[in-house]
Amino acid sequence: MSDNFDELLSAMDDIWGIAKKFGLDPFPTHFEVVPASIMYEFGAYGLPGRFSHWTHGKSYQQMKTMYDYGLSKIYELVINANPCYGFLMDTNSIMQNKLVVAHVLAHCDFFKNNVYFSHTSRQMIDGASINAERIRKYEFEHGTLEVEKFLDAVLSIQEHIDPNIRSRKRESVELGHKLQVKRAGPFDDLWSLEKSEEVEGPKNKLKRFPEEPEKDLLLFIAEHSVDLEEWQRDIIQIVRSEMLYFLPQMQTKIMNEGWASFWHARIMRELNLTDDEYAEFATLHSSVLAPSRHQINPYYIGMKMFEDIEKRWDEPTDEERERLGRKSGEGRTKIFEVRELENDVSFLRTYLTKQLVEDLDLYIYKLEGDKLVVVEKDWQKIRDMITNSMTNFGNPYIVVEDADYRRNRELYLKHSYEGQELDVNYAEKTMRYVYNLWGRAVHIETEVDGKKVVLTYDGEKSTKRLI
Amino acid sequence: MAVPISLSKHDWSLHRKGPADQARHNEKVREAIKGNLGDIISEEAIITADGEKIVRVPIRSLELPRFRFDDGKNSHVGQGNGESGVGDPVDGQGEAGPGQGKGAGNEPGVDYYEAEITIDELATLIFEDLGLPNLQQKQNEEIDTETSKFQDIERKGILSNLDKRRTIMESIKRNAIAGQQPRFIGVKPDDLRFRSWRQEIRRETNAVVIAMRDVSGSMGEFEKYISRSFYFWMVRFLRQKYNNVRIVFITHHTEAKEVDEQTFFTLGESGGTKVSSAYKLALEIIKERFNPERWNIYPFHFSDGDNWGDSDNRLCIDLVKQMLGMSNIFGYGEIQQVPHGYSTLMSAFSNIEDEKFTAITIRDKKDVYPALQKFFDGKPEGATER
Repeated sequence: MSDNFDELLSAMDDIWGIAKKFGLDPFPTHFEVVPASIMYEFGAYGLPGRFSHWTHGKSYQQMKTMYDYGLSKIYELVINANPCYGFLMDTNSIMQNKLVVAHVLAHCDFFKNNVYFSHTSRQMIDGASINAERIRKYEFEHGTLEVEKFLDAVLSIQEHIDPNIRSRKRESVELGHKLQVKRAGPFDDLWSLEKSEEVEGPKNKLKRFPEEPEKDLLLFIAEHSVDLEEWQRDIIQIVRSEMLYFLPQMQTKIMNEGWASFWHARIMRELNLTDDEYAEFATLHSSVLAPSRHQINPYYIGMKMFEDIEKRWDEPTDEERERLGRKSGEGRTKIFEVRELENDVSFLRTYLTKQLVEDLDLYIYKLEGDKLVVVEKDWQKIRDMITNSMTNFGNPYIVVEDADYRRNRELYLKHSYEGQELDVNYAEKTMRYVYNLWGRAVHIETEVDGKKVVLTYDGEKSTKRLI
Repeated sequence: MAVPISLSKHDWSLHRKGPADQARHNEKVREAIKGNLGDIISEEAIITADGEKIVRVPIRSLELPRFRFDDGKNSHVGQGNGESGVGDPVDGQGEAGPGQGKGAGNEPGVDYYEAEITIDELATLIFEDLGLPNLQQKQNEEIDTETSKFQDIERKGILSNLDKRRTIMESIKRNAIAGQQPRFIGVKPDDLRFRSWRQEIRRETNAVVIAMRDVSGSMGEFEKYISRSFYFWMVRFLRQKYNNVRIVFITHHTEAKEVDEQTFFTLGESGGTKVSSAYKLALEIIKERFNPERWNIYPFHFSDGDNWGDSDNRLCIDLVKQMLGMSNIFGYGEIQQVPHGYSTLMSAFSNIEDEKFTAITIRDKKDVYPALQKFFDGKPEGATER
């Protein structure tokens, strides 16, 4: 191993040099060689040292079992942080690890330069450990089962947060500021206090709460649920902050993997590989990029799209030259611009062309009877289908519509129906968890078979009614 | 400037977070199995297996519910080899390459999770709350329970078991024999005495279970299966929890005979039904071998309730009443997949009023577990449970 270790170390210097030469700009990167069990643990938890929960244990077991039976293998794992962390499996061959290092460096470049990552915490490895420690402390204070039960409830709606909340927050602060300006003397607010009780009081009560539909369920519940204790609000905030950290990765899966695959291929070609090594590289490279009949392989689609963009900006057609004023030879500049500014939705919307959809032979399929059948080949429909499925990161878009429903502090949620129905069975179960968080009846408005329905859970039973 | 890239390798062997949470998940799976015992215990694969064997039991996957789309109703995007067209089937097996983290979860249908568990573990879960009801102390007890008791004194042993009083006595004796003052001065290795214990078998209570099974022609596959399944767990339960419970096996159609265990479980006969024959035989066996003064007696009978006629039903009632006089409980299980109209043994038994008499109707595989729970609803009295 120590021979390999030194060889890898010197190869890493070469790879770094090549990456820089290509214009990649990653964070300083630290690599750690770990055994399979650790690799799968980090993969299952998302971050090293993240808090304990049985769902993590479950995915750990699943991933580990798949590995033990030789069904799937993680080659690399990379953590968005500064410095960046890459994990290498100790059973990887030296060739495989070289490829992984090249791949990881491109990921780090993406983390550092893509605009959607600009607000993510770069100290999240520490953050996750501190969070885990806090939750551990709550387990001591309130009992492991109690904390587990609460985490179950929070994790069941963990996807329902709002990554754009920063920009929204700023507005409301400005608004608050304006309101304050009106007050003249230092004690005037006392007068207004009294007045507001008399005059504005009843009017306020009739006001909708929240005034605007709120997308961030976790934040809303943490701030406005009446029955929660401090430690419970803290746990919600912990889960939320970690989700905010993971969100850009979900938002840029295709771009990120495409970018890394695009560059690992080019970096590996620059290394002095022997024929055998090159054959090994080609085998691994093609297995990572193999298309799937059932889902799109982000590595493959992403890389093909970056290659296509580079080509179209290097050699624009006459029409593109004339109408768009595109000069030739701008391919590299263009793909670096794309990796900085886009996310998966805008990336696909702008750059998944008719030609590409046809070349990649993408299709839409559906369960008909008991068979999966291709039902659509039209490129625009395929493109829209992919981007629609990415709305809200593949989760239903749900907002708090009214937190004082029936004047009884009941929680009225609304699913913004856009053609995809909710799994009612799952929704009913989830609402039991939401009830635990909110403490009063929970409703959700959605659409089933073309009709508007409201599902309700009142603490005892689930009901469904048409509206 | 040095290249800002580094590599290290540490010892991770003490890192245990994943396995710890995995254990918690397994614990929850176990709980889920317990909640599903009704469905699980009448699985064919299980009642034909032996104890060491690992069986896979289906439970609803343990997962956190969340708001998600109904996948069965929605379409997905896939990728072909260059020649796909509308209407082409999409192969069942994906060709997902290695290196992709994306797993299942997009597939339509209900997630079932197969948990692995040995029959013995399963039995422990099932039997946790079961016991022989109304068990009483009888003369000449025979059910064994083991206890440990300090009884012997030995010269060797561990220091924590040192019998100080005897050791001092030995020291005084030794001094006296040597012609000195009979006093306690100095302890020599020979003086040491240790208490030691011995496993003691306490004979507790005698119990005999009389298992009666209808093997007549009217018993269809389902009926036979259910009665076998019930007795399978009953026998297992008795053997696991009690050291020395006798089990008498009786099969009957128009005639009854006592059989060995193997025959009892495998026999398939045909012919008419005279339930009274089995009850008569049971009574004879009790009279000959199991004096109620000394034995706790538990007769159980499983049948489809389709008996010879009213006269035999009346006879059965008499015999059951006789047996109730000498038994701790009498359990009757009637297996009817679909309720039939005509009068059955169950309706004949309906006017027996005795709290020792328990009758249940089984319509579904799932009812086997509740039947076990009802018949063996004994929070056992006395120290009979091991």
